[in-house]
Amino acid sequence: MPWVTRWLREGVLTTRYPARRDDYGAHFRATVTLQTPREQLTAGRARPGPTLAEVAARCPTSAIGEDGAVLSLDRGRCIGCGRCVASRPDVFRFSPELEGAEVAREALVVATSEAPTTEDVEGAMRALHARTRALRRSIHVRHVDAGSDGSEEWEIKALWNPVYDVQRLGIFLTASPRHADVLLVTGAGASGMAGPLRRTYEAMPEPKVVVAVGTEAISGGLVASSYATRGGVGSLVPVDVWVPGSPPSPFAILHGMIRAVDLVVGR
Amino acid sequence: MNTLRLVTEEPVTTEELAEAVHTALADGGTFVGVFGVPRGSAVGVVALVLGGATLRRIEGVVDRRSPKYPALTPTVPGALWYERALHDLTGVVPIGHPRLDPLVFPVGGQEGDLGVRFPIDAAPNERLVPATRALSGQVVGEGVFTIPYGPVRSGVFESVEYLVETDGEDIPRLRVRPYHKHRGVAAQFRGQDLEDGLWLAERYEGTLSVAHATAYASALESLAGVEVPPRGALLRLVHAELERIAHHLDSMIRLSEGAGQAVAYARLAWYRERVLRLIASLCGHRFGRGVVALGGVAGPPQLDLAEARRELSDLAARLESDLERLMLTPSFLDRLRGTGALPPEAVAKHQPVGPVGRGSGIAADARVQLAYGGYRLVAAPAVAVRQAGDALARQQVRIDEVRGSISLVLDGLSALRDASGPWRVGVDVPDGQGAAIVEAPQGALVYLVEVNGGRLSEAIVRTASFHNFALFSSAFQGDILTDFVFIEASFDASMAGVAG
Repeated sequence: MPWVTRWLREGVLTTRYPARRDDYGAHFRATVTLQTPREQLTAGRARPGPTLAEVAARCPTSAIGEDGAVLSLDRGRCIGCGRCVASRPDVFRFSPELEGAEVAREALVVATSEAPTTEDVEGAMRALHARTRALRRSIHVRHVDAGSDGSEEWEIKALWNPVYDVQRLGIFLTASPRHADVLLVTGAGASGMAGPLRRTYEAMPEPKVVVAVGTEAISGGLVASSYATRGGVGSLVPVDVWVPGSPPSPFAILHGMIRAVDLVVGR
Repeated sequence: MNTLRLVTEEPVTTEELAEAVHTALADGGTFVGVFGVPRGSAVGVVALVLGGATLRRIEGVVDRRSPKYPALTPTVPGALWYERALHDLTGVVPIGHPRLDPLVFPVGGQEGDLGVRFPIDAAPNERLVPATRALSGQVVGEGVFTIPYGPVRSGVFESVEYLVETDGEDIPRLRVRPYHKHRGVAAQFRGQDLEDGLWLAERYEGTLSVAHATAYASALESLAGVEVPPRGALLRLVHAELERIAHHLDSMIRLSEGAGQAVAYARLAWYRERVLRLIASLCGHRFGRGVVALGGVAGPPQLDLAEARRELSDLAARLESDLERLMLTPSFLDRLRGTGALPPEAVAKHQPVGPVGRGSGIAADARVQLAYGGYRLVAAPAVAVRQAGDALARQQVRIDEVRGSISLVLDGLSALRDASGPWRVGVDVPDGQGAAIVEAPQGALVYLVEVNGGRLSEAIVRTASFHNFALFSSAFQGDILTDFVFIEASFDASMAGVAG
């Protein structure tokens, strides 16, 4: 009985996202992005500090590509350690990345010269949404850990706490892969999970969507070259949506699911 | 500065290893673990024993042409899982080990099987495939069958497979297979740049980033003979204790959910979210990554300290009231009392650490015993101990520790306000070996690093979750299937740390 009053005590704690913006996390050091284009870049080069080639060589996950003319940064590899931001703040900056999920792996790469992928990405998005149109307000989610460090699981579980409460959006965890529409996969693609992950994927009915949650799931992160991982889950199951971050925050994961399914939200 | 002293004993032959470890333990030491490390074409079998503030490192070298040595487990029961992992990762066979099933990575499994490559031999980017045929599926007993539970489970869990042997209700035997999510993290330290090693340590157990980063950095700092300045030490303490609160709340959230306490579940989940948000306000990352730097912390907190105090005090008052109510709720307590009780003999043999050990009467806490870093600058926490050894005792220990952690954070924030000086100092790490122990939420976390030519040549990591989980199957005396969730939540193991 005493719990009843506690249930009502706090009023509404739940975010209005995605119907309204939620400013939480605007200062997160989620992943790194490039400062605005070439002008900044040439200005920066005159300053003392390591050259961009040196910065690229020091990136622990080789997320920075530098071949003289084009500088690129792969958000799917970036673990957000911030070494490049510290050494060249004129070129790199942290980005909160609350809405960083992409439907194409290449779209996670930020480059100084604009890559002409925008149309492809939109095409991929339209195809994905055509496939998932029927799901709309009833999305059943299954999660598989394929060798995570454990933090992604906390952030996924947080989606069902009172602050994010994704059930209000019609997103539910399901007890069986037979009922699952969305598969959230975390971890660097541990070899020992290749079979179980594949079986879960195959047990799901069509249409199904796979979301790779976190930098480790996208590229393997710091354990990409380990004997026991496959450098991300992309080689184990076909991935539809990529959510960068080490780990991505609950909002970023939710955004990934919204990308996966053209969620109808009341405005 | 880390008060822990690392003593490297004279190398012994592998025949003498068990005897040497036994002698060190007889002097009042506790067994920390035994690990295999590459020594050229040979394998070093490294045993660690902690006595007071001295960590003894005893190494015997095994020739790969005859990859075996007399097992420690018959005389040192705590070595049971360590020797299984050592066998998986190096192929070295501990002769006389009672149960050498694959644990963290089933490779080959057959002695002398030509063509088998063990993880210790793997080149970068070489992919090894776990050989599941090496796993035994034998069940003994009339009417007994095995329920495999996992590695994919309903809900959001880290992957682990339990083989529950049952006749329908009781659980006479339980086997744990954590190998599915083995990532080989410890091996990834080899050859790393010292700063990159810090990023890797933060991801060994991703929800324990501060504990791992602190242990890793402290091991290098002790090797370099560097003392972390007060501000750096205090900010590490603040983050370490917030991490502890978040973890203990996670255990309580799972217990409340299991017991169907929907309101307690929702409120505790909200508090945990608030703790993660407080951590993020202080440093920009919800798991405190990037806080710890070699020689101190990366920089000052991003949140006004008075603001942090206000938020934590408000949270503490609400949490206290709900925890009091929870511990007066019979339908919650009934599920924990007597559930998952660890038999005293098993506790005496395995010496579990952290809340699992303290719930069974082992009054060990590295924060008090080693008083490392910031714990020397604020009032020491009381060691929370209970004797019963069941899920309730572990819950009571965690409640006491949450209270203790809240006052430590408040003290730490006050001390930070009054402290001055640098946040970090330069660390010039010479070649050699350094060790550190920190009290992670699950218990003592041990790092032993070897530096050669300015890079890491080896890192031995002993997680509390791995150490304690060897005891998990012993906690099922007389328990039934529906108690499983409570026993698992009361262990609160990080599977990333168990599988490695």
